[in-house]
Amino acid sequence: MDALIRSLIDGLLLGFVYGIAAMGLTLIWGVMNVINLSHGAIIALGMFSVYLLFTALGISAYIAVAITAVLGLLFGIVIYFIAVHRVIDAPELSTLLATYAVNMIIIGVGTSIFKTSPRNVPLDLGSVHLGPAVVPTTRLIAALVAILVAAGLFLFLKYTRPGRYIRAVTDNRDAAEIVGVPSAQVLALSFGLGTMLAAVSGALIATVFPFTILSGGSYELKSFVIGVLGGLGNPVGSLFGGLILGDIESLVPLVMPTTWTPVLEFVLFVVILLVKPNGLFGGEE
Amino acid sequence: MRRKLYLFLGLLVLASLVLVGCQSTSSEATSAPSSGGNEAEVTQAPAEATQAPAEASEAPEAKEVTVTIGFTQSQTGKYNEESSSQTQGLELWVKQVNDQGGIKLSDGTVVKFKTVYYDDESTGDKVQQLYTRLITEDNADFLISPYSSGLTSMAAVVSEQYGKIMLATGAASDSIYTKGYERVYQIYTPASRYLTGAVDLLKSLDPNLKKVAFVYENSKFSQAVVGAAKDYAEQQGYEVVLFEGYDPGTTDFGAFINKIADSGAEAVMGGGHFQDGSTFARQLYEKQLDIKYLALLVAPADNGFSELGDAAKNVVGPSQWEPSANYSPESAKAAGLAWFGPTSAEFAKAYEDAYGETPSYHAAGGYAAGLVLQKAIMDADSVDPDKVKAALDNMDLLIFFGHIKFDTSEDAHGLQIGHEMVYVQWQDKDGKLVKEVVWPKEGATAAPVYPLR
Amino acid sequence: MSKRIQQHASLWLSLGAVLLIGIWPMLTGNALDRETAFTVLRAVALASSLNILLGYTGYVSFGHVVFYGLGGYVGFYLISERGWSLWLAILAGGLAAGLLAYLLGLAILRLRGAYFALATIGVNEAVRAFINNFEPFGGPTGMTLNFKIYKLYGGPANALQLSFYIILGLTLLVILVSYWVRTSKFGLGLLAIREDEDAAEVMGVVAPNAKTWAYVLSAVIPGMVGALVFFKNGTIEPGLAFPLNTSIVMIVMIMLGGQGTVLGPILGAAGYETMRDFLLVSPLFKNLQLAISGVLLLIIVLFIPRGLVGWLRQRYPKVRRLLI
Repeated sequence: MDALIRSLIDGLLLGFVYGIAAMGLTLIWGVMNVINLSHGAIIALGMFSVYLLFTALGISAYIAVAITAVLGLLFGIVIYFIAVHRVIDAPELSTLLATYAVNMIIIGVGTSIFKTSPRNVPLDLGSVHLGPAVVPTTRLIAALVAILVAAGLFLFLKYTRPGRYIRAVTDNRDAAEIVGVPSAQVLALSFGLGTMLAAVSGALIATVFPFTILSGGSYELKSFVIGVLGGLGNPVGSLFGGLILGDIESLVPLVMPTTWTPVLEFVLFVVILLVKPNGLFGGEE
Repeated sequence: MRRKLYLFLGLLVLASLVLVGCQSTSSEATSAPSSGGNEAEVTQAPAEATQAPAEASEAPEAKEVTVTIGFTQSQTGKYNEESSSQTQGLELWVKQVNDQGGIKLSDGTVVKFKTVYYDDESTGDKVQQLYTRLITEDNADFLISPYSSGLTSMAAVVSEQYGKIMLATGAASDSIYTKGYERVYQIYTPASRYLTGAVDLLKSLDPNLKKVAFVYENSKFSQAVVGAAKDYAEQQGYEVVLFEGYDPGTTDFGAFINKIADSGAEAVMGGGHFQDGSTFARQLYEKQLDIKYLALLVAPADNGFSELGDAAKNVVGPSQWEPSANYSPESAKAAGLAWFGPTSAEFAKAYEDAYGETPSYHAAGGYAAGLVLQKAIMDADSVDPDKVKAALDNMDLLIFFGHIKFDTSEDAHGLQIGHEMVYVQWQDKDGKLVKEVVWPKEGATAAPVYPLR
Repeated sequence: MSKRIQQHASLWLSLGAVLLIGIWPMLTGNALDRETAFTVLRAVALASSLNILLGYTGYVSFGHVVFYGLGGYVGFYLISERGWSLWLAILAGGLAAGLLAYLLGLAILRLRGAYFALATIGVNEAVRAFINNFEPFGGPTGMTLNFKIYKLYGGPANALQLSFYIILGLTLLVILVSYWVRTSKFGLGLLAIREDEDAAEVMGVVAPNAKTWAYVLSAVIPGMVGALVFFKNGTIEPGLAFPLNTSIVMIVMIMLGGQGTVLGPILGAAGYETMRDFLLVSPLFKNLQLAISGVLLLIIVLFIPRGLVGWLRQRYPKVRRLLI
């Protein structure tokens, strides 16, 4: 029983961090039907942003996470206007490849600067006891920050003017344009918010696990799985998808060898794509 | 339309630049090894080096031959730490032997060495391509393995395909040597003998402890190690309550740590290489897991492990070599073996003077690989690969690194059968972590500390 | 009549381009040139195979490397553990890949656009993770060939040479298949799917499972190539057999040369590999190799989406018949 609770807590805490990464991916998909293949590279940039701010400039790790969020937003807007805007209405292959090209550029430049050696943000805040579980404080804070960010995004989409624009464009871009929503700016902002979420989740992961410039790839795959679990284009679903994936990862090893977890995850991924493409929480097509 | 045209022209210019560049590289490539004609010749390829001494014997005055040693280094990626030490050790040997005027053969030829190496980025993607390049384009006469059993097993295929001699250091997996290779020689103690001493140590510390967990990296090396260690532990009466591998590159050990807690294990053994081992040790500490004994592969023997602070305390690890190892001409005499090269203390001092840090066993392994090659060339009195191979097959030698002798049977040719391991532990000495040799008792520099926390 | 000759001329052009790559190392007699040519031919074979699906039907498979990896594993297992000959193992590798494609095709080809692309990524990762746990195939550490096996092929040196001839043969075979599909009625149906799948079905231009067969065709040769490549490399591991990146690089090559054409993937693959090879050993660009490729890809996607051959066809209508 203790083992179950311990694993459940571990899974939930990580799940929030995975969740906001996937929210970034599905927000972009929902607004503009673009699968952002530079997602993983941006997660990695988020990791390195915290690493550099913390180790080189001595900035507190959690202030560094906040700075990373701002950088992530701006960077996303730049990417949108350079790589995505021109092909936004072209077939999927174009946007897939354009964002993948951005991925190659980031990883290429990143590898030449940082090499592929593993890095660590040397942050030791001790551990806390949650029932039978011992949880490193950094993981607890990472989960709390992720919850705050998710809540913030929700409020932003719900109550601010740009947020309402984004929802309008998500529902129907042509109609939104007719009623005077500045669609290019809204799309750029959405893309920026998506990359901001990716960068923040990367930043939080960096406070918990070691990483390299190539680490983003595996978290990108996780984001795909979560996005499909929660329904592509459904940011709130993604948060729940993240919790599900986090707990699959921590509970499945209790009953079978841990290395079977990815087999299960990806089979589930393909099956859901086939039978419920709108996600576990989505309606029928 | 016009803009597209300009862009396209730009691309064309770029492409033609690239082509011109290729032209120049490929023309070099074609002109360089004139001997590398068709396939039949490639197998006899080390022509440049082999012909040289022959020419030298015609001309009696001293002739200098430079032997090229090729290898890949993990300049980046997860093996960076271990691999860089290994290269530094090898480079130190190259420098020393060249400074001493090279190797003088009986026909008056002076053999000097140079190294050519590339970055394999710790992944298998490029290893084979790079070793092919080392052999065919850089005309390497002898090869040193990359770091790690996985990369070495890939490099070995190419090395054998082209009939080169490869000294494998930092590659402990036994299975590499059972694939029918004829020219790959292992410097390290094979993986199957890596953790058995850690089991013996545990038994001497706490005869009542029975439950052991093995958690290990799914790599050729670690699997070979724990497979043998598990059998040994069971023979010794231990109950193996958990035996599970994690994928290379794992950063989250949470699920494994929960499983260990659930299994009731009191001792944990396993790990893989430096990065994953360090992370595993750190997370075990953060999760305050209640275990009495922790023995990990590779990581604890490396000096960088102490950066983990309290998480590194009292962790045990196997080591191929430690600076305190007391192999010397005297011990060689006692064991009835030939002695060659510097003593441990001399090597450790030279390494510290050169790089400002204490050598790890990976560094010592790199140096030892050079030393073994040097001795083999001296014994063969030639750089002819067939003669050097014969010298390696006959080698039975004590060096600062320990006893070196290769298996020459057909089933496991090249497997190291002379060398033995020692076990180290990071101990708290007045608030400072110090690496002490704790096993076997004869070579111990301090008594082992038990339990873990 | 003249149209037919010209159409065949375009086939000769494509075959000639491949033969040129194949003959080059035989002329120089240099082992490194042969290794380089081997990687280029491998790239041409993989890209041209994928083009049968991507270029002709418009379905974007992001996980196409799964067929290469599966063929590689099946072939390797048969050679290494079951003592089969290389020839039979290559056929078996192709067959295994084709079978997987057929079964997958029945399931996932009903997904459209990005959903299909995502599903193929999922399939590749699932198969990779499965093989990682599949002990008969060596699990996470894979398998290594016993070196004595090369002796059956006249020693390692001869085995390398033989592998080169086979990859050349396989590449020529892909070109023939690709050309046949492009010019056959079957191929016209596929192109109709690319333009508008629903309309094509309504109009009855396409047999119901035409795209499944295109999927199978595009999978068989990667499977055979996989079996050959891992025999030559002498070792196989999940990470080496199913690299997701290679899938995407295949797409990049097709885009460079021009999707939906026979010649395009040949030029794209050869150009990309040559560029990469050059950048990799240049001290200045070694680390930026990936970034430069990225910039190139971005330029192609944004400004020349038809690729080199497509652009030439559009710019110079006269050569249209020659460049297909």
